[in-house]
Amino acid sequence: MRPTAVSILALALVTSAASLTACSSGSGSSPDTVKVSFKESMDNTVKVTDNYLADIKKQFEKEYPGKKVELVPIKASDADYYTKLEQMLRSPRTAPDLVYEDTFLINSDITSGYLKPLDSYLAKWQDWGQFIDTAKSAARGEDGKTYGVPDGTDTRGLWFDKRVFEKAGLPADWQPKSWDDVLAAARTIKQKVPGVTPLNVYTGKPAGETATMQGFEMLLYGTNDGAGDPLYDKSSKKWIAGSQGFKDALSFVETVYKDKLGPDVSDALDPNYRNTVWGELMPQGKLGINLDGSWLPQSWGKNSGHEWPDWSKDLGLAYMPTQHGQAPGKVSMSGGWTWSVPAKAGNPDLAFDFIKTMQTKANAEKWYIANSGIAVRKDVAGDPSYASAQPGIKFFTDLVASTHYRPAYPAYPKVSTAIQEAMEGVTTGDASVEKAASTYDSTLKDVTDDQVVTQ
Amino acid sequence: MIARRIGRALPLTPALVLLLLFLAGPIVYCAYIAFTDLQLTGQAHASFVGFANFRRAFHDDAFLNAVWLTLVFTVLSSLLGQNTLGLALAALMRRASKPVRTLTGGIVITAWVLPEVVAGFLLYAFFRREGTLNAILGFLHLPSQNWLFTLPILAVSFANVWRGAAFSMLVYSAALDEIPDEIEESAEVDGAGGWRRMWHITLPMIRRSIGTNLMLNTLQTLSVFGLIWVMTRGGPGDRSQTLPLFMYEQAFQNSMIGYGTAVALLLLLVGSLFSVVYMRLLRTEV
Repeated sequence: MRPTAVSILALALVTSAASLTACSSGSGSSPDTVKVSFKESMDNTVKVTDNYLADIKKQFEKEYPGKKVELVPIKASDADYYTKLEQMLRSPRTAPDLVYEDTFLINSDITSGYLKPLDSYLAKWQDWGQFIDTAKSAARGEDGKTYGVPDGTDTRGLWFDKRVFEKAGLPADWQPKSWDDVLAAARTIKQKVPGVTPLNVYTGKPAGETATMQGFEMLLYGTNDGAGDPLYDKSSKKWIAGSQGFKDALSFVETVYKDKLGPDVSDALDPNYRNTVWGELMPQGKLGINLDGSWLPQSWGKNSGHEWPDWSKDLGLAYMPTQHGQAPGKVSMSGGWTWSVPAKAGNPDLAFDFIKTMQTKANAEKWYIANSGIAVRKDVAGDPSYASAQPGIKFFTDLVASTHYRPAYPAYPKVSTAIQEAMEGVTTGDASVEKAASTYDSTLKDVTDDQVVTQ
Repeated sequence: MIARRIGRALPLTPALVLLLLFLAGPIVYCAYIAFTDLQLTGQAHASFVGFANFRRAFHDDAFLNAVWLTLVFTVLSSLLGQNTLGLALAALMRRASKPVRTLTGGIVITAWVLPEVVAGFLLYAFFRREGTLNAILGFLHLPSQNWLFTLPILAVSFANVWRGAAFSMLVYSAALDEIPDEIEESAEVDGAGGWRRMWHITLPMIRRSIGTNLMLNTLQTLSVFGLIWVMTRGGPGDRSQTLPLFMYEQAFQNSMIGYGTAVALLLLLVGSLFSVVYMRLLRTEV
């Protein structure tokens, strides 16, 4: 009976492992069908991407008679989306023809050989010349080849609620000059406007890359002089451990949650908290200040489910200040997504044709506006109809000049997880800043194969 | 002679091939992956790394934390919870009237029949801050608690008891029915009270069922994933991250398939250790 029990357990493990790895739906690929995988919003009422792609599909099928587009939406949180996608990319039977890739992961997937270099297509595509240089390099691998066409970028800043600010006696043209100014405003709100969350800074593993980029990096990249990268030392090609800036950024997060200036810790660690923030708290005037991305208005447009026509009247925008207000004074991070062709795609040529349809000037502009993206095409950025299409576009487009890009090298996703763990530690109070930072340092050594330089 | 043997074995071949292909194959493949540094992303080629994944596990605080939580979860919910509650229910139901028995049995078994994810959502709704439990506590003027946040491992253990007690109850009901009435009656005539009869007559007589039940419960509880994933995702922090959740996180969220598989093999080891202990308990004669 002993071996039986063991083998029962083994069978259970193996079947569960097998069902976890083999859950993607594989359908035989036909030469006339292009399969397009993208991330569908977790919020059922938000259909921005679905509607846009359905429109492009119609255009494409008209333009290329006899060809079909099959949309393969993946409805999942960010982390689950990447996992699912990578599993699909491993086999030619499940690999779609076109995938939506986050630039933070793209180098990692390029290293794995999941993606196809697009240089030969791009050379023959006139519109590629319209893309700004930083966008062109967003999906460039360490081998110098380009693996994706970016569909926009984003910047980040502070959204504040003027209704809350008025009640708290804070100015409607608020612009903090340092971290202390931000915390002071949050303290005032806490004191004078009960029932409102004063300040939201995303944190912890459940929030995933959102916590790292909107939360931690918006702080960390404001701790130095704005010239060097505080995460990765480009000259020695090593990740940075033990920096004071890292601890300072953690201290800020700790203060927000320890002094109850942020959301309740259990809410902050709910994986769906992001949707609560822009779907409920912000429209209802229950959040004072939100450190978040430029794309928020996409959830408040017509037919979005959370219609909020007055958002531009109710909300103000301020750039995120540096730690002590030192030059350059403001901080922003930029990322974005690209359309990439998997190495194991059945119809790569057709897939690139689909990209071309998506990225005509008119379609690109439609997409930037629909998803509140920041234009990466010069012809669209210079078009007045784009700049005036939505309040806030000018504010966030101006930030492009002073924005930072993540060191999105292959190890970055794991470094990001380590950052989220450190944040979660100080958020729950399980770890002190010192302890969380030293855990990060040792994890960093692990996940980067010791490519670490201590400051 | 040999030809006859082969001839006799021939009808078994299809079954054997299928077993090798679908049972042994994946197991061997899993064991192989545990000795490589296979990653889901960020790696051109996987290579053989020997015992590195296992060495890493034993130096990983998060792994040791997961082992500890797995033991707490198993002892609390399987040994103490499901097992004891199942026995108590079975014993009480023998003495209950028929309608009470039908009703209780029905309710308990419903919890067991529910799919794991549904049960997880129900108990999440029960324990969360705005949930049923706090509403009841508030009604009774007792202080409310954010259960999933302050004591997540207790909350998920309770959830597992709620879900799994029915199985033990069924096993013990069957076992108790097997005890001849004469023995109980003669003990009663000799003046043994309820607890004495339980301790000296009932328990020794259903010893084998206890062993089987403990073993099945424990192995099932060790591999509980969906329930905890739905309720807490192993959080907050890693305060309810048992081994299956740790394994999932390493393999599919941190993309380290090799390490995750090594952890899976270690989980297998924990399970077989429990089995060995139970087998010893079963073997001793009264």
